[in-house]
Amino acid sequence: MGNRSILVVGGGISGLTAAVEASEAGAEVFLVEKKPYLGGRVAQLNQYFPKLCPPNCGLEINFKRIKQNPKIRFFTMAEVAEVAGREGDFEVKVKVNPRYVNENCTACGKCAPACPVERPNDFNYGLDSTKAIYLPHLFAFPMKYAIDERVCLKNECGKCVEACPYNAIDLNMEPKTVTLQVGSLVWATGWNPYDAAKIAYYGFGRYPNVITNVIMERLAAPNGPTQGKILRPSDGKPVEKVAFVQCAGSRDENHLPYCSGVCCLASLKQATYIKEQNPDAQIYIFFIDIRALGKFEDFYAQVKELENIALVKGKAGDITEDPETKDLIVVAEDQVSLKVIKEKFDLVVLATGMAPATRDEKAPVDLVYDANGFIVSEQNTPGIYGAGCVGRPMDVAACVQDATAAALKAIQSTVGR
Amino acid sequence: MEKKVGVYICTGCDIGESLDCDALSKVAASEYKVPVCKSHPFLCSGEGVALIKNDLAGEGVNAIVIAACSPRVNYDVFDFPNVFVERVNLREQGVWCHPANDEDTQMLAEDSLRMGIVKAQQAGLPEPFQAENLSRTVLVVGGGLAGITAAAESARAGYQAVLVEKKESLGGWAAGLKNVVGLRPPYTELEDLDLPGRIKEVEDNPRITVYKNAQIEKIAGAPGMFDVQIKQNDSVANERVGAIVLAAGAVAYDATKLDKLGFGKYANVITGEQLEAMAVQGAIKRPSDGKPVESVAFVLCAGSRDKEHLPYCSAICCTESLKQALYVKEQNPEAKVYIFYKDMRATGNYELLYQRVQKEGAIFFRGDVLGIGEVADSQLVISAEDVLVGEGIKTEPIDLVVLATGMVPATAIGEKLVIKAEDEKGAQEEAPADEIIRSNILNLEYRQGPEVPPLKYGFADSHFICFPYETRRTGIYAAGSVRAPMDIPTAIRDATGAALKAIQCVELTAAGSAVHPRVWDLSFPEFFMQRCTQCKRCTVECPFGAINEDEKFNPLPNPTRCRRCGTCMGSCPERIISFKNYSVPIIGGMLKAIEVPEEDEEKPRILVFACENDAYPALDMAGVNRLSISPWVRIIPVRCLGSLNLVWIADALSKGIDGILLLGCKHGDDYQCHFVKGSELANYRLSKISETLNRLALEADRVRMEQVSIMDYDRIPGIIEEFAGRLEEVGPNPYKGF
Repeated sequence: MGNRSILVVGGGISGLTAAVEASEAGAEVFLVEKKPYLGGRVAQLNQYFPKLCPPNCGLEINFKRIKQNPKIRFFTMAEVAEVAGREGDFEVKVKVNPRYVNENCTACGKCAPACPVERPNDFNYGLDSTKAIYLPHLFAFPMKYAIDERVCLKNECGKCVEACPYNAIDLNMEPKTVTLQVGSLVWATGWNPYDAAKIAYYGFGRYPNVITNVIMERLAAPNGPTQGKILRPSDGKPVEKVAFVQCAGSRDENHLPYCSGVCCLASLKQATYIKEQNPDAQIYIFFIDIRALGKFEDFYAQVKELENIALVKGKAGDITEDPETKDLIVVAEDQVSLKVIKEKFDLVVLATGMAPATRDEKAPVDLVYDANGFIVSEQNTPGIYGAGCVGRPMDVAACVQDATAAALKAIQSTVGR
Repeated sequence: MEKKVGVYICTGCDIGESLDCDALSKVAASEYKVPVCKSHPFLCSGEGVALIKNDLAGEGVNAIVIAACSPRVNYDVFDFPNVFVERVNLREQGVWCHPANDEDTQMLAEDSLRMGIVKAQQAGLPEPFQAENLSRTVLVVGGGLAGITAAAESARAGYQAVLVEKKESLGGWAAGLKNVVGLRPPYTELEDLDLPGRIKEVEDNPRITVYKNAQIEKIAGAPGMFDVQIKQNDSVANERVGAIVLAAGAVAYDATKLDKLGFGKYANVITGEQLEAMAVQGAIKRPSDGKPVESVAFVLCAGSRDKEHLPYCSAICCTESLKQALYVKEQNPEAKVYIFYKDMRATGNYELLYQRVQKEGAIFFRGDVLGIGEVADSQLVISAEDVLVGEGIKTEPIDLVVLATGMVPATAIGEKLVIKAEDEKGAQEEAPADEIIRSNILNLEYRQGPEVPPLKYGFADSHFICFPYETRRTGIYAAGSVRAPMDIPTAIRDATGAALKAIQCVELTAAGSAVHPRVWDLSFPEFFMQRCTQCKRCTVECPFGAINEDEKFNPLPNPTRCRRCGTCMGSCPERIISFKNYSVPIIGGMLKAIEVPEEDEEKPRILVFACENDAYPALDMAGVNRLSISPWVRIIPVRCLGSLNLVWIADALSKGIDGILLLGCKHGDDYQCHFVKGSELANYRLSKISETLNRLALEADRVRMEQVSIMDYDRIPGIIEEFAGRLEEVGPNPYKGF
């Protein structure tokens, strides 16, 4: 009989789900997350398709499932450093990075105004900034501040330490290593948006009004940098005419050869964000195929019927900027009319695809990956299971299914056959 | 055990600077005679907690009120075994959204404390429901790929499984496949699913009992104790199981309904299933004369994405057709392959398969097929609107046309029933009831119908994005294509996940705990039957079909089917349904504790019932953002708005409270209510309340329901303000002071 505990790596929707589902079936679970909060990328989304409901609603339930659950222990700001052993008997070393804020923190907020240093807010993809001591976001779980050690002046400054009434800040905190004995692992480190700057002809990084789909989520979110108003980055004006460029990186042998599976629906959803704020806005979606599988077809049909939405079958060729107005000119061949379309837009949203986190950051243990960095669970080291977008591109509901399945596989590895 | 309440007031996080905490203590000590009342500047510190622990051990305190921050934080700090803990939210919903050292803020804090003390005095600690003769066996209904996977995966985790298949052999739709694609890299090759191996694992497994040629006649009972009657040939077997995986699968859409595509009319128009059968037998031939095919056309979306047939996309037909194109090319690399499609839905790594089929020379046409005609030698000509060429096209004569027909879930096939309460008076409008399709799969002996309530198009899905396995029948989890159209790798994972949910259900049931979304909740509804009037409201309104009826219409609760939302408690006009820690008298006591000033003080009162999962955190976030909220509100969190009993509204109004605002989740097709029907039922009940208000000679405007989400923290202050404005127009509640 092996060790009955399970280690889940990654606290996004897949990791959270694997952890709570396994523990509610009776397993002891450790959950390790690199960031200072749980929730991962879904916490950065404004709404889910097709219901247009807020991710924080489901996260609230999942966090409650953790709060009331004596069988889950989680570590934030932590990474797996080493995995040794085998199925039923792994020894894992977890490095817990210093938060510089201890459990005394009540999130009262007295520290941040005292802090003299600003940092770009990675939660909002750098669209705004926070202090070096910051609450990761409004719904952060755990609701505790953290210090960005890359910018904090530490003991040279110490103003936050003086401001904190609860002795919650420890600028001398050191990284520590925790050793865990577990029977199995679920690897759920998620995905990264494909780097849009690599698609040079779309001008991301050069033209301020070319943004990506993940940035659009923050612009539309009530807790985002613009309090949910979709404004042009160059001048802060509301948008009247927006282009969505599908397959920005996906289905392209020079970038991501596979289809990222969610970008069509994400753009259809984001079109509703714009329409909600400005029903007269004009929207163009440049696509190769609209991949709205199963009942998502209904959502596609519904969005297609909105006024002033043009779905153009044809991949956008290139994007140029009017240097005066910072407007953008998108050129594409419409494969239906066989005409070249050249249209001016206020804002262009690149539907960038999903790259598995394991493409850049492999697990510190022997795992089998495919050519694009996805974990191939079926052929892997017994006792280690991928869950969610490290296995293939998938939407949220699919991640939950997949992670629930991974939870059972992980349990099987702890009970013996 | 005698209740001894302790009240602990935290003065940290701006509370002490903003409120007169001595006056608060007096509320506890003088008004409520609370024996222990202490304050601390940092209650969540080790020292603060030690203070409480000390009283628990030394003073015999066994119920405590923590007047500090929101219950959403420091949940772990203020957790004491076997002690009732009530949190009074003085921080997020108190001093953070109301002005400091203000008379109205003080009154609000005092009312909050009163409500907390009353709750701590009246509520008890739940004792878990312990059922007897519990089973941990998983019943799997359907022996296709999803079903055998669910059974095998349950057994691998050490659980017994019972598998029921109506046909004579296992394997279902997958048994008809020659190959599959997409299981493993490079995702472009024809692969072997090894279905015989998978079936053998199930049939040889001593933990799995397989019934083939069998049908479920009847399922009675509840999670942990379902009694299942299985009819096999002429005999009937009985099994007791703990939870159920519904994996009844899907069937292909009837191609004869697609008359313009010539199926049934022309010999060489076949379905994808028929092509697969030929491939299994070894050669793809023309049915008309048995000659090997030189040219094949695949027509995608044959029935799918079509309002006249299946409005949804069947999700696998694109990739199945791409796979079959490889069969044709494998047999004869020179054969011509044409593929007519609307959108090529080769998601994820199937894109790589699509690229391979393109490279192998298949010719793709994007557009609608207008018709198929037969020409000489039983060949076929397809006319289509090719959107890429921009005009109508006609193909050259083709040997074989393959229709990629869509999938119809087994749960969609059958007579539609709406189970209603027979209302003797016949006058009252019914509460919204579920439509059930009599698909003859589970045959549940449930008051609310024999099958799980379907969603649009008959799928047994839950419509939750975050919790896709939750059906509206506790302990029954759908898996595979009965839930949504899905491909083979997804079905395998889906069935594995559903098996986990079934295992979870039997384990939690054995521990006396609720299942999702209130896992670890040990409370359950108790019925005081002497006062029941057999009105059937609870049996009709329970969103989860937890309550049966006897022949005299008495409710027969099944605690292990219960999700603990409290909808039954809200529905009951006689108020006979209670949880130990949540009941009509407890909430009624809380609202009666609110002090209502005399009319001439011009301090109206608004009672807010807030859904604890969405509206309540949103109110917290208004505080975290230091937004300003009307000082007239008094907030009571509820498990779900479905638990709202109308007597609370009558009580509040007769006490002189000016208005009542219900903040609940969105209902309708895109519901966000975690109990599916709760907010919808609250809305329905409100529609009935005008009669009560008329009886009290009060305006209907005094009660309002708003649908809010957790992200509406910036909108909620305005909603309250607007409501307060309307109440001002209506004028003060005439019952003040009575």
